[in-house]
Amino acid sequence: MEISRHWRLRKQRYALVGEVCPHCEAKLFPPRDICPECGQEARTTYNFSGRGEVYSYTTVYEPPAGYEENAPYTVALIKLEEGPIVTAQLTDLGDQPVEIGTPVEMVTRRLRQDGDERGMIVYGYKFRPVLARVSA
Amino acid sequence: MSESNNNLLLKPVHPVGIVGYGAYVPRYRLPASEVARVWTDGQAALPIKEKSVPGLDEDVATMSIEAARNAMRRANISPTELRAVWVGSESHPYAVKPTSTLVAEAIGAVPNVQAADWQFACKAGTEAMVAAIGFVGSGMARYAMAIGMDTAQGRPGDALEYTAGAGGAAFVLGPADESLATIDATYSYVTDTPDFWRRAYARYPEHGQRFTGEPAYFKHITEAAQALMDATQTSAADYKYAVFHQPNTKFPQRVASMLGFTKEQIAAGLLVPVIGNTYAGAAIIGLTAILDIAEPGDRVLMVSFGSGAGSDAFAITVTEAIRERRDRAPRTQDYIARRTLIDYATYARYRGKITMK
Repeated sequence: MEISRHWRLRKQRYALVGEVCPHCEAKLFPPRDICPECGQEARTTYNFSGRGEVYSYTTVYEPPAGYEENAPYTVALIKLEEGPIVTAQLTDLGDQPVEIGTPVEMVTRRLRQDGDERGMIVYGYKFRPVLARVSA
Repeated sequence: MSESNNNLLLKPVHPVGIVGYGAYVPRYRLPASEVARVWTDGQAALPIKEKSVPGLDEDVATMSIEAARNAMRRANISPTELRAVWVGSESHPYAVKPTSTLVAEAIGAVPNVQAADWQFACKAGTEAMVAAIGFVGSGMARYAMAIGMDTAQGRPGDALEYTAGAGGAAFVLGPADESLATIDATYSYVTDTPDFWRRAYARYPEHGQRFTGEPAYFKHITEAAQALMDATQTSAADYKYAVFHQPNTKFPQRVASMLGFTKEQIAAGLLVPVIGNTYAGAAIIGLTAILDIAEPGDRVLMVSFGSGAGSDAFAITVTEAIRERRDRAPRTQDYIARRTLIDYATYARYRGKITMK
């Protein structure tokens, strides 16, 4: 049972809430309170847009415990448009191929359940190919 | 009706409208012919072309979050201005633990907000909308969000398996003068009618076969629509568009014709042939597809139906604000066009019909 950890991380996991450094303007994700760019205190929250592109990726066929139900799935390094790189699963790929540079957007999805089917459902960010606007 | 018709309308003290709206449909589609192939050797008549199927990592909470984000983009208000986030569904992920708190947290609406999950079969979404109209129209809140979303259940091989889809919509209700469409009036018609239910701990619902038609769907929708039109002194010809609860293709076509609406009036909102019955999302996702193309001044009649049973009818007028707001978020047809066909085996896996232990 890790409910306290899931609860503590909910804002960054559900909505990519990070921080912006008030001294050098660097955008930080995950939030860490000390700016890694200038070393000063950075506690101002910042809502990331969720837009970015695939920096690199791999497909997992032998998943770690807790992720078996989703395998095989693709994990990517996503370069967010504000700068930071985050690791996340890609989703809603369907038959769409993934390439380095594919534009993606953040969605909030089920990551896994804590323990068995009686445990809490853990939600968090994943990324998917940007939804095409075809009808406008 | 014995009482004066106008007294039966649900009208708030302050005029209310739709400030923002957003839809969501998952990517995967199961053709009805696949269900027929597996269960009837391909002999069954098909009630729709295909239905939407949620991915392995989707449920009513995640789908509601995406629709809510789309609605907030169109409304362009701060989420901290919402005083209610209400989610109507018959497939909430937990038996006990609100979907609405999760949605409110994800869109940044916490903590100064009312949150609740609603349940009334397929009209849980419009039920939340009527309540939100009351919340805003009484002056208790400036903005309230109402969502109707489902990942509908159908027993393998049952008639409902052909149509039980996934999707829905979110609406930000607010002052009429800030709205992209005003809610002119609503009316609700409810009786105790046992046409469809799911008992506690039961995985799949039961239904009354043909009993779901005349005394349930058709009775409640026609009564609600006619009472609303009588009380507002309108007729079918006054509405550019109409959308009715859509459990299959035939029912909404027939109820439209009974009420004097043409095929053209219901075409834009009739999505069931390509996404299936989205239950609490069914009537309202049709409304989002209409708002995506409507012009200022167009009037829309929406009537939901929830088994159990009841209907909520809405008279809506589109305003000038629709033009600048609708393309702040994906249109409903964008989600419908994003489409990956799956076979019955993949569907069985995605919907948890294969037990692993």
